[in-house]
Amino acid sequence: MQLVLFHLMPYADLDLAEGRKNGTVWVTLPNRNFDPQKGHKLYNRYLDELEYGEELGFDVLAVNEHHQTAYGLMPSPIVTASALARRTKKAKIAILGSALPLRSHPLMVAEEHAMIDVISGGRLISGFVRGIGAEYHTFGVNPTFSHDRFHEAHDLIVRAWTEPGPFAFHGHHYNVQYVNVWPRPYQKPHPPIWIPSQGSKETIDWASHPDRRYTYLQTFSPVKVVQRYLKSYRDTCAAYGYQAEDRQLGWAVPVYVGETDASARAEAKQHFEAFRNVFVKMPLEMLLPPGYTSRESLKNVMKAKAQMFGDVTIEQALELGLFVCGSAETVTKAFEGYWGEMRFGNLLVMCQFGTLPADLTRANMERFARGVMPRLKAL
Amino acid sequence: MPFTDHFIELGGCKLHLRRSGSGRPLVFLPGASGEPVVLPFMEKLATRFDVLVPDNPGYGQSDEPEWLENIHDVAYFYLDLFAHLKLREVVLVGASMGGWMAMEIAVRNTSRLHCLMLVAPAGIRAPGVEPADIFLLPPEDMARRLFHDPKLVEQRLAMPMSPEAIDLALKNRHTTARLAWEPRLHDPYLAKWLHRIDVPVSIVWGAQDRILPVGIGHELKRLLPRAELHLIEACGHRPQEEKAAEFCELVFRLGR
Repeated sequence: MQLVLFHLMPYADLDLAEGRKNGTVWVTLPNRNFDPQKGHKLYNRYLDELEYGEELGFDVLAVNEHHQTAYGLMPSPIVTASALARRTKKAKIAILGSALPLRSHPLMVAEEHAMIDVISGGRLISGFVRGIGAEYHTFGVNPTFSHDRFHEAHDLIVRAWTEPGPFAFHGHHYNVQYVNVWPRPYQKPHPPIWIPSQGSKETIDWASHPDRRYTYLQTFSPVKVVQRYLKSYRDTCAAYGYQAEDRQLGWAVPVYVGETDASARAEAKQHFEAFRNVFVKMPLEMLLPPGYTSRESLKNVMKAKAQMFGDVTIEQALELGLFVCGSAETVTKAFEGYWGEMRFGNLLVMCQFGTLPADLTRANMERFARGVMPRLKAL
Repeated sequence: MPFTDHFIELGGCKLHLRRSGSGRPLVFLPGASGEPVVLPFMEKLATRFDVLVPDNPGYGQSDEPEWLENIHDVAYFYLDLFAHLKLREVVLVGASMGGWMAMEIAVRNTSRLHCLMLVAPAGIRAPGVEPADIFLLPPEDMARRLFHDPKLVEQRLAMPMSPEAIDLALKNRHTTARLAWEPRLHDPYLAKWLHRIDVPVSIVWGAQDRILPVGIGHELKRLLPRAELHLIEACGHRPQEEKAAEFCELVFRLGR
């Protein structure tokens, strides 16, 4: 199994009461709540944590993109991935992912990812996402064209990486007379492409298609949901007439390893609950603007509204498998069990979540690396 | 005479419309929530006009055609529809999103129009005036902003939402997003062509409109200097419902 250290880089110094009062830390939380002095320390702390991840033996270091929110301070994952490209030597660097429809020009994504791939000597994993619903509110991009723009931007980027330039690209949303990307990517035919998703049939059908076989990552979901979507991915591959490889599947989940089960829970509780109940939270209208999902999916979310939009305690989260926490032995056994059922080739662990401070984050990473990683790597 | 339902196939779109009355044709283009039921103002208008109330393409019981990508598509579709139905001297009344459609129609071609009434229309931007964020407000807040009279708000909130009504609301919302998400609720290329509208225009606005504030009405009056601007007091975003008598009187006067 390939182990990925995934960082969201939240604004951990947030005044949680302000976040709660505003109902969400997305879109509308006034940016006076961001203190650049504290931000300076956080960015450098988080980059240090990712670099330490390489030292501890993680195979991949992963960053992502979110806009105008305390949930994550990486409006451009290009910046953080670039910093990692120079400060690390062995670990792969995953951008999970660039929000294609939000960019006015996909060629910028093709160019920036290619730069990082060349600088790092072929260590880039490219992730593509549509951006979450809230970001269609912040950016003003029309969510009813989100899927179209995503697919067209993807096609342009992959062609720009693989076909000899210059050539002309004529799409519905993007038109470029001279596609001729310098630099070309280091990896052949191009960096691996991963598709993080909260789970949707459309995304699975598209990512698993024999022409693509992109790695599908189920992010922060109850384990039953993870099982359902990973199985659905495998079933879809089978329907396409091939067997999915384990490397095509991944699961992103927050993890906390303590000395004992009890101390792990005690240490993680307030920070996990801040993550789930303050940083993640947003109203339905913000999460799912019209057209971002099919209307059927939207109705399913409306039905599950109480469950999805209410608070969750750490105890409930552990029961749901939304969070994996305990002694090294407990965490190892949990993942061995899940792996046995799902055979995901990539495990993305978030060792920092919500307000988890630097000392606990490092201790968590070290215990994971020492006590959990060796057995999982052997799977 | 009761309104009867009609389905018209045109340009790859099945359009639903309700029709009643006789006289000069009056086409009422509804706003973002559609007009799913026959309201008193429609019946009153039908005493003097041949009233047609379509579900705009993408809304209500009308199809969501693949060609529907922006507000201009709607305008061309309606110009085709007026020709198809052989309508002449149309009293074109558009409310909110429908008012925007009416303006887009009229800047293109007024040859089948008698006059134009714009009821708190979207479509233009007024400096310093922000419309409500209709895509972010929770449904209850939207209802509260729709009317000035709290009784009408309570009535609206008390209406049971059947599964069919939820489906319709989601469909309408989707089309509104498609047409009006960005640029938000306006077409930046519309204002410069408004001078092409060469039929009488009346602008009607609820003075307490909290969806599209009345400042937009004043800007529209500046852009259409020959138009009449009627502000209706103690009235929100739906004068046709909240002040039906006053609203119909204005239509009768304009549409004579």
